Amino acid sequence: MELMENNLPALIVVLPLLAALLAPFLGQGNKSWILATLTTWAVLAMTIRLFIQIDGLANAQGVHETFISYAMGNWKVPWGIEYRVDPFNAFILIIIAMISAMVTYYARLSVSKEIPVDKIRFFYALWLLFITGLLGVTITGDVFNIYVLLEVSSLAAYALVAMGKYHSRKALSASINYLVLGTIGASFFLLGVGYLYSVTGTLNMADLTERLKGLHDNRTVITAFVFLLIGLSVKMAFFPLHGWLPSAHGYAPPIVSALLSGVTIKVGVYVMIRFLFTILGVKFIFEELPSAPIFLVFASLAILLGSYMAIQQFSLKRMLAYSSIAQIGYIVLGFALANESGLTGSLIHIFNHALMKSGLFLAAGIVIYQVGEADLAHLRGLGRKMPFTMAAFTAGGLGLIGIPLTSGFISKWYLVMGAIDRGLIILAVVILLGSLLAMIYVWRVVEVIYFKSAPDSSSEVKEAPWALVLPTWILIGASLYFGMDSSLPFHMANQAARFLLGMQ
Amino acid sequence: MRFFDLYNYWIFILLMMIGFYTVIAKPNLIKKVIGLTLFQTAIFLFFISLGKVEEGTAPVIVPFTTIYSNPLPHALILTAIVVSVSTLAVALAIIVNIKQTYGTIEEDEIEEADGVDGE
Repeated sequence: MELMENNLPALIVVLPLLAALLAPFLGQGNKSWILATLTTWAVLAMTIRLFIQIDGLANAQGVHETFISYAMGNWKVPWGIEYRVDPFNAFILIIIAMISAMVTYYARLSVSKEIPVDKIRFFYALWLLFITGLLGVTITGDVFNIYVLLEVSSLAAYALVAMGKYHSRKALSASINYLVLGTIGASFFLLGVGYLYSVTGTLNMADLTERLKGLHDNRTVITAFVFLLIGLSVKMAFFPLHGWLPSAHGYAPPIVSALLSGVTIKVGVYVMIRFLFTILGVKFIFEELPSAPIFLVFASLAILLGSYMAIQQFSLKRMLAYSSIAQIGYIVLGFALANESGLTGSLIHIFNHALMKSGLFLAAGIVIYQVGEADLAHLRGLGRKMPFTMAAFTAGGLGLIGIPLTSGFISKWYLVMGAIDRGLIILAVVILLGSLLAMIYVWRVVEVIYFKSAPDSSSEVKEAPWALVLPTWILIGASLYFGMDSSLPFHMANQAARFLLGMQ
Repeated sequence: MRFFDLYNYWIFILLMMIGFYTVIAKPNLIKKVIGLTLFQTAIFLFFISLGKVEEGTAPVIVPFTTIYSNPLPHALILTAIVVSVSTLAVALAIIVNIKQTYGTIEEDEIEEADGVDGE
């Protein structure tokens, strides 16, 4: 038991990696799904355990180090690869593990309908690799390791998006488009890492932080920052580098979309925040360099244009995809304020949006499972035929708007507070406008669901099996619960924000 | 003549931009992927030239040498090459699928076949 406890940071990545290698050998039945589900649940348990350890460290008296450092293969730290868990990435790890556990549980029926029988085990192998990459990026303390694991998750994601071809051939062109842009993004990231390495001679994050302290006038460091900024903006689909997202998230199989929108782009945000706040330093980025206005302007544009484009869509999944671009805008806006409320709001929004958007994509997946398509025209009158699914969708949609008593309200509240703290009332207006636009695109769907009569051909459509409805409702229900009692996500996000701002 | 002293960096930038241009300008998916690989390889050359130490030899302990090249960038790029080759493999697999489904690998023809998509 103690052996496991001491090796938790490594196990979180190694376990799904081994399971991914095992999955193709399990035959054509349900076994690969059972393996994937058990693995993701075990990972969830481990991340919670890890978080409790970190939480204990952060709240203990007289402890100066609020992180757990793990030397991979016992190679001493600045030379070997370090896995480092602190309040910030422990929080992100929990989000990844929680969403992937729930979505994997949901996957069985949805995948059996979307993917041919003989490909299912390979689907789960890719799925587990994808999750391995996401967890690895988040837990590692080595910048080159981030690049490798980012590509592990991205390569799996390209293939998973392409698996949507059994539903619509457009998934293929979406996938190659995603691959080209994603690879360019990753290459720019690698170039940025190379520039930092050429100045400091190290790849370890903690070491980089120390060595970069006296190098703020160095032009190479500033160039590195720009390359990292561009590369990561592609990975997190930050406006105007979001071009790959709507098609990739729109045509991927529903469960892949749920993880892409709910978690993958957040991991990009995680790496961005890590570089800005920990490695390069808040003061350097936001006080010495004029980056705050750049972030804030593009974040505002992302919120407004993303929401506006969402209104134009007829496909439910594309609408949710454009909404994700807007939500990334909120998250960037929050951290670019670089104060406690703003950063807390940004991190809570990462948590809340992960729950809501994954839940919404799962609800869209249920519609595709039962009806075959999820365009607005197919949704007519489904409110009476599939009451539980549609109620979940509506509740999730209300969360996107951010009305009180949903978790979206909590995150927007802190974002507005952060904007007012900085004296930027205009940003508070942008946030409210974004909510207004969200109200329009959510209402378009709700109107069709509840107030249009069903077409005759859909008379045999019934509520979906509980194996699909239950995980959807767990995610949506959690987002509702955390809207009423936000103490847990607030505690986690605030602790992480204070850690990032060096207030502990 | 500082310009020529740094020729390795100029070459890496030049190659990278040729690759980038190919990715953006060519509608043929295979050409795009070739450009993408060139783009990545240029970055690898940058890393490799970082590892060069003047008069350094291979980092193996042998008598009578005290100056070694830095082996770390080499090790990194070995990993990055694996990533790049995997990307190439995934890209080609998707392109094969596109050819089978659409009968073409020209981007504009694919877009035409699918119709406008509410962009």
